[in-house]
Amino acid sequence: MSIESPVKASVARWFPGATGIDRLAQLSGGASQETWSFDVLHPSGNIAVILRRAPSGYGAAPGRAAGLEAEAVLMQQAYEAGIPSPRVRYVLRAEDGLGSGFIMDRVEGETIPRKILRDAQFAQARGVLAGQLGKVAAGIHALDTTRLPKLRLMTVAGEIDDLAAEHKSFDWPRPVFDLALRWLRDNAPAPSDTVTLVHGDFRHGNLIIGPEGVRAVLDWELAHFGDPMEDLGWICVNSWRFGEIDKPVGGLGSREDLFAAYESASGRPVDVPRVMFWETLGTLRWGIMCCGMMQRFRTGPDHSMERAMIGRRASETEIDLLRLLAPRRA
Amino acid sequence: MQDQPTPVELINAVAEFLRADVAPQLSGHAAFKLRVGLNALDLVVRQLTHEASGDAAEVERLSKLLGTSGSLEELNRLLSARIASREMGFQTPGLTDHVWKTTMDKLAIDQPNYASYRRERDTG
Repeated sequence: MSIESPVKASVARWFPGATGIDRLAQLSGGASQETWSFDVLHPSGNIAVILRRAPSGYGAAPGRAAGLEAEAVLMQQAYEAGIPSPRVRYVLRAEDGLGSGFIMDRVEGETIPRKILRDAQFAQARGVLAGQLGKVAAGIHALDTTRLPKLRLMTVAGEIDDLAAEHKSFDWPRPVFDLALRWLRDNAPAPSDTVTLVHGDFRHGNLIIGPEGVRAVLDWELAHFGDPMEDLGWICVNSWRFGEIDKPVGGLGSREDLFAAYESASGRPVDVPRVMFWETLGTLRWGIMCCGMMQRFRTGPDHSMERAMIGRRASETEIDLLRLLAPRRA
Repeated sequence: MQDQPTPVELINAVAEFLRADVAPQLSGHAAFKLRVGLNALDLVVRQLTHEASGDAAEVERLSKLLGTSGSLEELNRLLSARIASREMGFQTPGLTDHVWKTTMDKLAIDQPNYASYRRERDTG
């Protein structure tokens, strides 16, 4: 645990009265980003926190990422606006010697989709989650853009171009992806009249769920400004239904439940064809992300079996794209 | 000619050992990784068993669709290029049927438990 002493020193600086830390454990980590969990010891009660950081030397965020500092601001603003979100305790500074990142409260709950979709303790949550997610999305899209950090502005055409370039870079023929790209170009809606904050990765895995419903929205890494319908389409992508393919919203509920809750919370109508367009684009995007995993498996530094096997899941998005674009039964 | 047992028999024997004897001794992340590894071995067995017949059928369909011959990869590259350049698309006779068949063959090896695949296999 080489980060124990800098973490201890950092906590002493920003948490008056803290007497130390306990149970420091790494939860996940890639080449560029790590997540750690620990408790801050304090005479008036310990607090459980999460550290998200990019070690020094890995500070430069990849092209699409908002950056950890921006993520911290987004989460704090979401928290203040009443969106289920962990309270941000501290943003790392150079003198902490921990790279860039932030420390937030740890929210207890479940993120593993199969448990959320199958376990008895989430039965009640499953009945209300589609609606809750519509309300949460409306809250995210209502955040005051003038108070938010600088984020990239994404348009439909820009997103299609990015996907096409990435697909081309893999240099591996996938006729179904070519058909999908062509369909997306031919059916792209006009630029959205409404431009809001878009979470960008609003789906299972990035949602902490309790027996009563959504407790926190995490991973604002792909947040950007753009068409709010994008978040509603992404959460309906079949890849996040985990077998419950007749329940479009994360395997939990119907589009109607999602849309009704969104409309009632936002006062803005849902543009259904636009959402369907984003669902199709999102399906292709996940497929291209799977291909990217395979690429990273080959070129390293992460040669893990998990990455290799995710590469073999791109075909799942091919069948889903065909089901969307060329269904065998009318 | 290589001797027996076949690669499929060897992989199945190893997978069986990992499943029956090693898996019960593991927990947490190591158990998870073993499950991923076993899934990979099962995938390889499916590929070794079904790839040749699937590839042969795909080459035949592609040659007919494109009106030319070549390796499986060459033909797929040509199809991709023709779709990208708009020479071919869903409106091309036989193309939709071809990509459906090819995709079903891929899923049968990659993820035969994927719900969309099972739905299409059982009702298509």
